[in-house]
Amino acid sequence: MQGFWQAFKRNRMGVVGLSMIVLTIFIAIFAPLLAPYNPKERVRVTLDSIYARPSSEHWFGTDDAGKDVLSNFIYGARVSLTVGFFASFISVVIGGAIGLIAGFFGGRIENLLMRFTDIVLVIPDLPLAVVLVALTKPSLMNIIIVIGILGWTGTARLVRSQTISVKERKFVLRAKAIGAHPLYILRKHIFPLVLPLMVANTVLVISLAILNESALAFLGLGDPSTLSWGQMLNFAFTRGAMSSGAWWALLVPGLGIVWLVLGCTLLGQGFQQILNPRLESHHLQKSEMIALEAANG
Amino acid sequence: MTKLILRKLGWALVTIAFVLLLNFFLFRVMGDPTRLLKDPRLTQATIEAIRVRFGLDKPVINCFESLNPVKVSLQACAVNPFETQFSAYISNLLKGDLGVSFHSQRPVADLLGERLWNTILLIGAGQILAIIIGVTLGLFAAWKARTALDYTALIASLAAWSLPTFWLGILLLFWGSHYFGLPLGGKETIGSGLAGWGRLVDISKHLLLPTLTFTLVFIGEYMLIMRSTVLDVLSEDYILTAKAKGLTTFQILKDHALRNAMLPIVTIVALNLGFTVAGAIQIETVFSWPGLGLTIFEAVGRRDYPVLQGAFLLLAVSVVLANVIADLLYTFLDPRVRLG
Repeated sequence: MQGFWQAFKRNRMGVVGLSMIVLTIFIAIFAPLLAPYNPKERVRVTLDSIYARPSSEHWFGTDDAGKDVLSNFIYGARVSLTVGFFASFISVVIGGAIGLIAGFFGGRIENLLMRFTDIVLVIPDLPLAVVLVALTKPSLMNIIIVIGILGWTGTARLVRSQTISVKERKFVLRAKAIGAHPLYILRKHIFPLVLPLMVANTVLVISLAILNESALAFLGLGDPSTLSWGQMLNFAFTRGAMSSGAWWALLVPGLGIVWLVLGCTLLGQGFQQILNPRLESHHLQKSEMIALEAANG
Repeated sequence: MTKLILRKLGWALVTIAFVLLLNFFLFRVMGDPTRLLKDPRLTQATIEAIRVRFGLDKPVINCFESLNPVKVSLQACAVNPFETQFSAYISNLLKGDLGVSFHSQRPVADLLGERLWNTILLIGAGQILAIIIGVTLGLFAAWKARTALDYTALIASLAAWSLPTFWLGILLLFWGSHYFGLPLGGKETIGSGLAGWGRLVDISKHLLLPTLTFTLVFIGEYMLIMRSTVLDVLSEDYILTAKAKGLTTFQILKDHALRNAMLPIVTIVALNLGFTVAGAIQIETVFSWPGLGLTIFEAVGRRDYPVLQGAFLLLAVSVVLANVIADLLYTFLDPRVRLG
């Protein structure tokens, strides 16, 4: 763990990504203190307050209902983070369980589970999510569950392959030879070695969940009682921000999504570079000899 | 070889069967679709007629009167298995009958048939451009690994990956329509009376921004895959051999790196199909491009369940079939599999 943290501190991508996520979490937690206006508060709408340009009163202008875009944006971080964390939690638990069981027990169980995973993997996510949310009520809970139960296939495959490689290590074989219970081996020996890769993968699952939530909300399937970034974009797009030239209402919420997803992507990439170092030089590079010398000397 | 192909086709059939079952039971477990028809213009008699037309008056499947709420009855068990909603669903599908739209009262199969080609046009143009540009960029990024060019390309593709597709579309639409006078959406200018060459130019203008969005969204991924594959290939010993033989860098990149890296690209194109469909739904919604994605969006808004069900089925089955084709192509392209 100590070694991991040391390596992480030197990984620029990972550090930048983590800071971006931490900043977003900070904004979400302290939203009531940071937001200049309360989004739930009713405002008197006049013709001038609809899609008002950015000003000293409203830094990022106002939206179609005369609400402050900056305040909505700050509160919107809560929705994206909630969906991202809870949906990916569901995905990682399902995918992790299926991957561990398939990889560890092998044989017919593995065959069955991985075939099922392949089938789910092929079915396009977003249309299925649209159908599921459209048929149920579009509440935050349903959106989380739908995104969660559709996003586990990648994790399952990754965990399975890692489990298989760990299973063949000597200390696991020894534990098996002295008669340790399979569940004991799974818990004590295999799971701790699969976990780091699972964590790295979770960050990427979170980013996918956030993107999926924003797409669903944009398509009009967001929870009507919470204002997420995707929903802000849906309102702006369907309620004339385009023709009013209100670029702020279209730009700002999207930047939030990009910021958070990019943070997760960078962090995930950073984790993967540490856990799975790749050869980054090759035979067509002039610097190859220098690199080799540096490595040897 | 034949056995391999047959096995792959077999699994594709299993997957399609799963999609068919999912499509049927989703729309039944969530309730009788006509229950959700809240249009005041529809009389009770019309709704009853729709129920009979879709066979919704019959038991869902033997022993189950309905699945939501779950109603089991002995009477329903005695029903001829060919007289249930499930058998009607399957036999209608075999006849190519996807039902009738609640909204426009037109056959769903006709509606989808009209729009399928628009989606194929959009996806095709976007994917081909993305593959060509992405592969080229990836090749250069790997060749110039660990240089400023490589890092710029890497960061740019990670950023592109983080963009919500619909948002990129909105920005491009805003920019293109405000500054370049490009159309706000649709497939062609309605009522322009253009024909022949003029119409082609008009359609191209409408296609420009959606295609650009598609391309930008997918370049990054192709570039990243290409980069990492080429990096692997370039560190192989045969590249050193090729260099020692005196081949030029261009020859090595073209004949060794590019050829060997094409296999993973085929796999990624297939794996990406799900994302491609997701992209199509978002882009078509933003640009009102009359394809399957826009159909899904409209069907959701209108609670037009037969159309939603049909569109989902068509998309899912197309993705499964395209995956099989890519898989077979992969098998055929890879001599290790073909000859082994």
